[in-house]
Amino acid sequence: MCLAIPSKIISISEDAANAVADCMGVKKTVSLEILDADVSPGDYVLIHVGFAIRKIDIAAAEKTLADHREMAKLAKRINP
Amino acid sequence: MIDLIKDFRNSETIRGYALQIHELCGKFGIKANFMEVCGGHTHTIAKYSLEKLLPSDIRFIHGPGCPVCILPKQRVDHAVKLSELENTILITTGDMIRVPGTEKSLEKARAEGRDVRSVYSPLDVIETAEKNPDKKVIYFAIGFETTIPSTAILVKKTVEKKLDNLFFYVSHVLVPPALEALLSDPSHNINGFLMPSHVSVITGSEIYRPFSSMHKMPVVVGGFEPADIMESVYMLVMQLSEHRHDLEIQYDRCVSGEGNTKAWDLVNQYFTPEDKFEWRGPGFIEKSSLRLRDEYDRFNAAKVFKEFLTDVPSEDHRLCLCADILRGKKRPEECKVFGTRCTPDDPLGACMVSGEGACAAYYKYGNAP
Repeated sequence: MCLAIPSKIISISEDAANAVADCMGVKKTVSLEILDADVSPGDYVLIHVGFAIRKIDIAAAEKTLADHREMAKLAKRINP
Repeated sequence: MIDLIKDFRNSETIRGYALQIHELCGKFGIKANFMEVCGGHTHTIAKYSLEKLLPSDIRFIHGPGCPVCILPKQRVDHAVKLSELENTILITTGDMIRVPGTEKSLEKARAEGRDVRSVYSPLDVIETAEKNPDKKVIYFAIGFETTIPSTAILVKKTVEKKLDNLFFYVSHVLVPPALEALLSDPSHNINGFLMPSHVSVITGSEIYRPFSSMHKMPVVVGGFEPADIMESVYMLVMQLSEHRHDLEIQYDRCVSGEGNTKAWDLVNQYFTPEDKFEWRGPGFIEKSSLRLRDEYDRFNAAKVFKEFLTDVPSEDHRLCLCADILRGKKRPEECKVFGTRCTPDDPLGACMVSGEGACAAYYKYGNAP
């Protein structure tokens, strides 16, 4: 129910009320009405029941993944 | 370019966190029960068998975060009654139509000829109301803070478009009051919280501040992917090893302290807290749900169709343990009818219906007897 899918914005409607987004390979029209940030094509958003609810902070995601890579290296070192 | 789904499922990362958690727990003798509040987390934990990677003294307690599961049977009975009104289309989302009522589910009502529909997006409801001006369209709105803004948009459009045939049977519930209710039980055995990912996107993490400060609970807001969950558990274990009870965000690519205030302002415009609401499991909890503001009474199905909706509570099946599971007191494998008389194809209780229900997750991912 609270599932939200990271999706890439492809295009935005003229009135900026809707966008077309790539949602796991499927192109979907989504509402931007409750989104609290400006978005452009190429940005990533979380889509929940047809609404973009959050612009995803890619820098934060990269930082988390950098931590994850360190943890993966550690796993290989301790117990290959 | 990073992949926001697959990159957070790396098996070596998951193994790395598991090794670190084992080391910390061994070194500091940590034994803990962590409640994952959200059914989405329950689902990922079962799907990736994450609990089996953890020390045996670290257990997940599945929380009340499946909106389909926590609605008491009376709500299903009311929805069935509404679907049986003349000239009516009843619309809902998720797995709600499969949840057993006292006499029948909404799916059964549909099989009997009622017009019951399940939609992916609430936006489809407006189109249905516009295309069927001679019918009553009743939207059975369910879900937590994540979903409530979408219903608020629907009410906004209903007002703007002057639709007079669309009604809302609102069953929207709030996470923090339910967790407060669980912690007010002195026999609770929760040592830390993994808070919901997408509820927190809307509300922000600060709504959990009282849990870390007043209740002295380690709290981590974590993402939905398996590496996110393992990192979150590592953060919780780290807090316990350092005797901290902080509020931390693991899922900071999507969650901020203040949340999506635009979405929540919209919710406040159309909704207000209900005095009390009955949850399956925790029972009646004050200010734990939202209802339409009085000025929108004309859309409020609970008021407009009050004469058809009984106040008599509906009892769960006597063998069903859903209520105890939703209070974190029992686990699915302790239920006598789990996987035998109660299966996803023929469920006795709501937790076996929804993809986010603990029983359905256990059944699907190989914990069935």
